[in-house]
Amino acid sequence: MCRLFAITSKEPLSPMAAIHALNVMKEGHDGSGVGLLLTDLGGSFERFKGAPILSGIFSNEGIRALDRYMLDLDFMVKYKLSIRPAKTPPPGTPKRDNYLVRVYDYPPDWQSLSKEELEYRLMLTRLKLRQMGEQDGSMIVFSFWPDVIMLKEVGDPLALADYLGLDNEEFKARIILAQGRQNTNYAIDIYACHPFFIQGYSTMTNGENTAFVTIREYLASRNYAGYMGYQSDSEVFTHILHFAQQKLGMGLDMYKHLLTPLKEEELQRHPQGERLRAVKRTCRPLIIDGPNCVIGCLPDRTLFMVQDSKKLRPGIVGGASGMFAFSSEMCGLDAAIPDRNKSEDFQPMKYDTVMVPPNRQEVVRWNQWER
Amino acid sequence: MEPMGKISPSTLSKSDLPWQILWNKEACTLCGRCTAVCPVRAIELGVHRKRVVQTVIGLTEKPGNVFTVYHGVDQRTDPAHACIGCGMCDLVCPNAAIRPIRSTDVDKLRFHVNQGGMPRRRGGRRNDPRSVLDEIKFIRISMLTDPALDAGRHDFELRTLLGRILPAEDLAKTLSENGWIPPVREIYPLIIGGMSFGALSPNMWEGLQMGVAYLNEEKGMPVRICTGEGGCPPRLLRSRFLKYVILQIASGYFGWDEIIHALPEMREDPCAIEIKYGQGAKPGDGGLLMWYKVNSLIAAIRGVPQGISLPSPPTHQTLYSIEESVAKMIQSMAMAWGFRVPVYPKISATSTTLAVLNNLTRNPYASGLAIDGEDGGTGAAYNVSMNHMGHPIASNIRDAYLNLVKIGKQNEIPLFAGGGIGKNGNLAANAAALIMLGASGVQIGKYIMQAAAGCLGSEADRCNICNIGLCPKGITSQDARLYRRLDPEQVAERVVDVYLSFDQELKKIMAPLGRSTSLPIGMSDALGIADGDAAARLQIRHVL
Repeated sequence: MCRLFAITSKEPLSPMAAIHALNVMKEGHDGSGVGLLLTDLGGSFERFKGAPILSGIFSNEGIRALDRYMLDLDFMVKYKLSIRPAKTPPPGTPKRDNYLVRVYDYPPDWQSLSKEELEYRLMLTRLKLRQMGEQDGSMIVFSFWPDVIMLKEVGDPLALADYLGLDNEEFKARIILAQGRQNTNYAIDIYACHPFFIQGYSTMTNGENTAFVTIREYLASRNYAGYMGYQSDSEVFTHILHFAQQKLGMGLDMYKHLLTPLKEEELQRHPQGERLRAVKRTCRPLIIDGPNCVIGCLPDRTLFMVQDSKKLRPGIVGGASGMFAFSSEMCGLDAAIPDRNKSEDFQPMKYDTVMVPPNRQEVVRWNQWER
Repeated sequence: MEPMGKISPSTLSKSDLPWQILWNKEACTLCGRCTAVCPVRAIELGVHRKRVVQTVIGLTEKPGNVFTVYHGVDQRTDPAHACIGCGMCDLVCPNAAIRPIRSTDVDKLRFHVNQGGMPRRRGGRRNDPRSVLDEIKFIRISMLTDPALDAGRHDFELRTLLGRILPAEDLAKTLSENGWIPPVREIYPLIIGGMSFGALSPNMWEGLQMGVAYLNEEKGMPVRICTGEGGCPPRLLRSRFLKYVILQIASGYFGWDEIIHALPEMREDPCAIEIKYGQGAKPGDGGLLMWYKVNSLIAAIRGVPQGISLPSPPTHQTLYSIEESVAKMIQSMAMAWGFRVPVYPKISATSTTLAVLNNLTRNPYASGLAIDGEDGGTGAAYNVSMNHMGHPIASNIRDAYLNLVKIGKQNEIPLFAGGGIGKNGNLAANAAALIMLGASGVQIGKYIMQAAAGCLGSEADRCNICNIGLCPKGITSQDARLYRRLDPEQVAERVVDVYLSFDQELKKIMAPLGRSTSLPIGMSDALGIADGDAAARLQIRHVL
């Protein structure tokens, strides 16, 4: 079972805050991967708020191919941060040529595009680069989106952070999602590393999703280019969130109703029972069958956590105004925010959704009976 | 000199028959129960002459003969009276003095069951006990990385949907505009498939209906039963129990005059309307109720004269093309109940299933598709149809499901699979395999007759005389002397037993797979099979 940690803070934090929290939960991950998502960026990237940032791992040849492709599209590099590790990598970590974070300027002819079209093209560009790199492993692309940096690698989180020099003033963010991976079903594949990302939506999960295959089939049959990948059974959680909000126009309150709808007997007593029943039926293939704890981030920088309907995975949220953290184990939360009122910590149960809105004032929680 | 007897081409010896009667003279009390109960009069009272040689010790008297007579049982050998192996003689014998034994040799009767040029007709199903469904294993066991669930303590959602489901992308618009949401029934995934009033005896029908009502009202299990093509008793049509019933309309339209006239008086809508275009036991052939079974009650319900055979046409008379006639028929039936009742077609599994399915996906009123495989049972059909016609259900349902996945409509049109489910007793395992191959639920017929009423038929061609109204258990007979053997209350009890045990077994399959919150429709990653070709064909894992 993987270990998860997410933090949202008024002041930009170093990713090391999350790495240290993962480190205290070390018993739960095996060095098969670490994933980081930084958004609401501080540091060097704060000034490029609207410009898309490409994050990934590139071989030297991959960078050349990237440059050719992006140049053809008329993207211009605005700022770049390439980590070119010289030392021997830590045990288990492959030797890479470049860890790349680049800020681009949109092509001039994209300026007039609608927001929707622009965001769609950004996604297609990421998918195209990913596809180009898949043939020879020269490009591994995690995200291409404004104000988002992602980093994934195989290895122990702390050793990797040291190796990549993440304790660096350039890397700062107000929202950080981090996962220490415990490899289960599948061979170590960097794309199987959480968090997953699509168009500003990001989630990470611990546990296995036993309904994975049917959910994957359903998403893949939506005829939407972004619903692909699925090297991990947890990637569907991100895509379900995206599908619910972008394709079905639903809010976060419906996410839990999609993943774990109420039973018929419960719907009969629910004030919104009729509508929820219709949703449950039309979205039946999206029902998950845990055990899963999902932590995610919305494009508006809301952080949230939900549990499966059997509540078989741990998950806790706590903090104080200005800084809140979500952790799969309490010791992770203790490491990140030791000086909090622990009596206000909350562990969501099978009906609950908890979230910290972008203003970071409080933990908002509700259950499926209320919304 | 005249021969003692004539031998015709169809003269058979007892050894030529598939079943031989083994009779024990010493144990027999000559009570006559066996000859009375035999449905085909394969045995009769035999008076046997026996010579005993008597030799006296000494030379004074010559040895002599004594001729005695003893009474016993004789097995008849003409094709019309060949033993069917039902074993009723054994059942009634107080001394275990008689039973049928299956011949180890290939019988010769099979070459003579077409006397008068009439091919063999029978009931039952394809005479082949093999089942690919039995070979499918559930291999994705939750071990440590995700905990297996507790079949006894966790909550399980074992319901399925029957009805057209709106695409998720259209739901918000439909809700906001207060648009029409097609009717959907949340039902138990094990349906008692269409067996008509007429094919089944009144006691059997009543027992099934009572069992279904009990399951719904006392056990909270939304079990549904289909009428088959024979109409529905008038009182049931006007009762609150109609909601547990799927009314079937087939090419003979039997009973629909009564149903249409009952419409204004119906207190409840039926669960659904099944339009039968085909069935697995006799694909491409219509229903058949032979004259033996058309008594006054059946004639009244079906609106036909007594004592005539009722062969339904192979296709609906209105059927011109699937694009318009089937669409019209679906729409007409939907309209008759104010678009409140799901209407779906049932077809024989066929290599052309996908063409039908694709058409239905474009018809917003089509509420599902039931597909009946080659192992489906029947009350009467030609032997050749049963044994040689039709498509296996496993690959057909898989193809249909994957086709829906391809076009993104796997949640919109539920597929129901039938034909040979539980033919070797593995009801829950077969049903779960089909569900994981893509069926939303399964239909059973023969299994419930075997389990709830003690049907003796088998795929080794035992009994299988449902067609001539002589069912020795009273299940498929319209003769009160036979069907009074069947107590409807006891049938209902057994129906409940079957469903409760099925429910438990289904949980015992789902729990180790880590599934409980929804029926694992299409969960093909859980399935494996040792046959590599079957694995490739079904797109499941090949395991050895």
